[in-house]
Amino acid sequence: MSEMEVLEGDRVKVRKRTPLGEVTYEGIVMPSSTDSLVLKLDSGYNIGIRVDETVHIDVRQRASETGDERTGEKETSYKKSEPGEVIKEGKAVVSILSTGGTIASKVDYRTGAVSPQFSTADILDAIPELAEIAEIRGRVVFSILSENMKPALWRKLACEVFDEIRRGADGIVITHGTDTMSYSAAALSFMLRTPVPVVFVGSQRSADRPSSDAAMNAICATKAATSDLGEVAVVMHGSTSDDFCYIHRGTKVRKMHTSARYAFVSVNAMPIGKVLYSQNVRDVRVMLAEDARRREEDSLTLDENIEERCALIKFYPGEDPAVFDFFVERGYRGIVIEGTGLGHVSADWIPHIRRATKDGIPVVMTSQCIFGSVCLRVYDTGRDLLHAGVIEGGDMTPETALVKLMWVLAQTSDYDEIRRMMRENMVGELGTRRTCSVQLL
Amino acid sequence: MEMDWEELGLKVGLEIHQQLDTRKKLFCGCPTVLCEKEDAVFKFKRYLRAAKSELGEVDAAAIEEAKKRRAFVYYVYESTCLVESDEEPPGELNDEALDIALEVALLLHMKPVDEVHTMRKIVIDGSNTSGFQRTALVATDGWIESDEGTVRIDTLCVEEEAAQRIGEHDQHSDADMQEYSLDRLGIPLVEITTSPDIKTPSHAREVAERIGMILRSTGKVKRGIGTIRQDLNISISRGARVEIKGVQELRLIERIVENEVRRQLMLIEISEELRRRNARVERRIVELSHIFRDTSSNVIKRAGGKVFGACLRGFGGILGIEIQPERRFGAELADYARRYGVGIMHTDELPAYGISADEVRRVREAFNASEDDCVVLIASDDIERVERAFDAVLNRAELAMRGVPEETRRAMPDGNTAYMRPLPGAARMYPETDVPPVSVDEERIERILRSLPETIEQKKERYKREYGLNEELARKIAASSSDLFEKLVKSCCRGGAVTPKLIARTLTDTLTELAREGVAVDAERIDFEEIFRMISENAFGKEAIPDILKFLSAHPDAGVDDAVNALGLRAMRLEDVERLVDEVVQSRIDFVRERGMSAAGPLMGVIMKDVRGKVDGKLVSDILRKKIASALVMEHDRR
Repeated sequence: MSEMEVLEGDRVKVRKRTPLGEVTYEGIVMPSSTDSLVLKLDSGYNIGIRVDETVHIDVRQRASETGDERTGEKETSYKKSEPGEVIKEGKAVVSILSTGGTIASKVDYRTGAVSPQFSTADILDAIPELAEIAEIRGRVVFSILSENMKPALWRKLACEVFDEIRRGADGIVITHGTDTMSYSAAALSFMLRTPVPVVFVGSQRSADRPSSDAAMNAICATKAATSDLGEVAVVMHGSTSDDFCYIHRGTKVRKMHTSARYAFVSVNAMPIGKVLYSQNVRDVRVMLAEDARRREEDSLTLDENIEERCALIKFYPGEDPAVFDFFVERGYRGIVIEGTGLGHVSADWIPHIRRATKDGIPVVMTSQCIFGSVCLRVYDTGRDLLHAGVIEGGDMTPETALVKLMWVLAQTSDYDEIRRMMRENMVGELGTRRTCSVQLL
Repeated sequence: MEMDWEELGLKVGLEIHQQLDTRKKLFCGCPTVLCEKEDAVFKFKRYLRAAKSELGEVDAAAIEEAKKRRAFVYYVYESTCLVESDEEPPGELNDEALDIALEVALLLHMKPVDEVHTMRKIVIDGSNTSGFQRTALVATDGWIESDEGTVRIDTLCVEEEAAQRIGEHDQHSDADMQEYSLDRLGIPLVEITTSPDIKTPSHAREVAERIGMILRSTGKVKRGIGTIRQDLNISISRGARVEIKGVQELRLIERIVENEVRRQLMLIEISEELRRRNARVERRIVELSHIFRDTSSNVIKRAGGKVFGACLRGFGGILGIEIQPERRFGAELADYARRYGVGIMHTDELPAYGISADEVRRVREAFNASEDDCVVLIASDDIERVERAFDAVLNRAELAMRGVPEETRRAMPDGNTAYMRPLPGAARMYPETDVPPVSVDEERIERILRSLPETIEQKKERYKREYGLNEELARKIAASSSDLFEKLVKSCCRGGAVTPKLIARTLTDTLTELAREGVAVDAERIDFEEIFRMISENAFGKEAIPDILKFLSAHPDAGVDDAVNALGLRAMRLEDVERLVDEVVQSRIDFVRERGMSAAGPLMGVIMKDVRGKVDGKLVSDILRKKIASALVMEHDRR
């Protein structure tokens, strides 16, 4: 063992005595997640070495001295797109707002690091096709993993989108991590009335992979952002193939698979459109459903206020009603329950719920079945819940019901008005009829 | 062509890919079974894009693939899951596969690494749905002995097998769409890379054979067509390193090495000639459709009459030079164009393809080209494709002036090779963060060392030593991977007619001969022990073995005894044999007188016709010799 300290990026020669004989490795020191010394060999492979008394390390070159030495081949003839030159007159302007979901990444094969890219130039460099669809203006709004998203950030995002549209954007694309994308899409649906498309997009396979869905999703989303659409939507892969994306209404969409490309599904509704993909961007085509709101149908308004102190409780057999009381006692202003089946909780919850609604805390019932509408008139428990003041969430997803309740509570504190607004279809979040052709997995 | 390999500076390295016979795939729980494409439950379509590295570098091989903008269609089976479809992160590295890889590494005297890190190697020809192959370095720094000295083994990696191309040999398969079958994707394999220590074509074959034997010694590798593939890295001093992919048959190795050396020598000659001529490549692509307005060429008519050309100054006659058996330099350029789905025609081979001498004359005129020049034509109505194809062809023509380009080539069944893609750079690997590193501790290595199998090589030497088998028979029986031979030797050899050699011959040559006759003997179901026991008790002669095996194969429920009865093989009594021999000798006594002892051979044939299988031939021969000798003595006495 050498006394010299070994630093990341150093080029070292390691000799190790083993029962099978001495072995020598030469390579660059990589970051390690274990106790081992991780080397990247010249072949490109990484290996881990247990450093003990059998190991001798020689530093051949310090990281600080390696300068710009790269192992990769240079390919000078590869055309870099020049976003400044491709702008043509009359082209739609699309603002791409980045929140942390990455649609472009670069890989440093020397260190193995993958870095997400956010600038307009970087995005266009990775997906030059976007420049053929529209004049792209990119901006980083914030940069977080979507599981760290917060209601306060929905507000900030809504304000940013509002500003971009006011400044003349013909369409907005928001890159977003997929985990909580449907919450954000629902939030913006309630906060904004928009004359132009506001399209959320993300990827299920990271952008550093050749098989990533990021580029196709981004191309389809950008195309949708130049279409006749006039509402908040999510554009993601429609199937496991690279053949089309669905356009989902922001209030009806839900991530229904942990990893697959086709994870996003319109729940209790049909998608509001489809983007047919082609490698040739001129052939990418947007189809809108009849009930999709059209460009300029609404004028631009913003009402970003929300009441954040709302909770979503999932009911399970035997769950102590004290869980419910906890939120009431902590001063929560509204509660959405994800009940069983048509919208039930066990009978011992009913007095607790009645107490809350008496105190002016709205309780909205949704279903953990996800598909189908709640209906509290079928069984006794349901009828008792209605008597206890529970508001039926219709066919809204629990997440959309939560976001809507937050938004509604910022509009009014009158219980009857809250009930009326929760039962009213505002932006397509509540369906009146469900057909059997529900797009199930 | 007799060649002095040493003077040419021939260096060959081998890369051997062997599928492992594990229960599950390398990164998911799917079985490692192959399917018929008719059993596909559905298909899906994908595109791949090359991700950029930090400096805007993209691997040269990756750029080439991306330029082709191909769609990939994948066949999905009940036996594949979301991991193969690239819809789910991979599981952890298969422990069983790692154990086998370590076992092979130790047999090759290699040193395992302390911690195995799975990497992503960018491959965007569609053969991996993810766009990369997962691969991990397991061991380094080993060696094997060969007839021409020690050959070092550089690395052993465990990696996922790629998806199987469907319609591989379809002419147009390189164009717009390529189909792949997902059943093979993810089967574990080991990749063994030797140093370029191999010096001759036959040496390359020998080393490949030896490594193959070591792999089979484990009894844990897949067998059969396509389960082992050899890649060859070949260079000569004045040439370049060329990687030849996918050699499936060992017997082709020598021819491929020889052809590649010859190809490189021819390319060097061509480059010298082109430089002497001051040749140059004009990068001007001219549309020539007007010349072919009334052409009778179907190739051009099919392309909607659209023809484009470019001129290679000073290349006259060069494209017609044969650089591999039956393969001209023009074919080399055509390989580059074919990757964009078009073919080329050139003035070295025209008039042909229905193109008239007059049209050729006008083509030359259009470029002011003389006989010293060569005009290359591409007929296609897809302008973009024409541009890309010309770009590739003209680049290759420019390289011809410099000598041998480094490339990856594809082995063809006739021992030739065709251009595949540029050599991949080292710039295409980064960590597979979804798979945690696996620590290889000393306990694990000791466990594997303790149960290391006897290699086929060691077994062969032992059989020669212990059982007196000759080299060939020892090799055959050692390679046959079953313990049956030694089991039978132990239970049946008690002197007499049943020898280790007889058992070995029966289990190898006899079965092979029967197979050739169309009799498939299921060795597992045959009671060899009973057969050999009966022979050793002189119940019947060893000559009857093929007939008994045939009978038992045709009657799976019959026993050896039934076969003996049915075939009328019950052994003759000794006195009957003696009487029969006596009769034969007496009835041919003139012949015996004339030939003396050498009459034994022909007479043996006559007797055996009647007694084959009923009595041991050796016994008959002894009796016959005795009878002939005594007949001769009597004759002598009579005189």
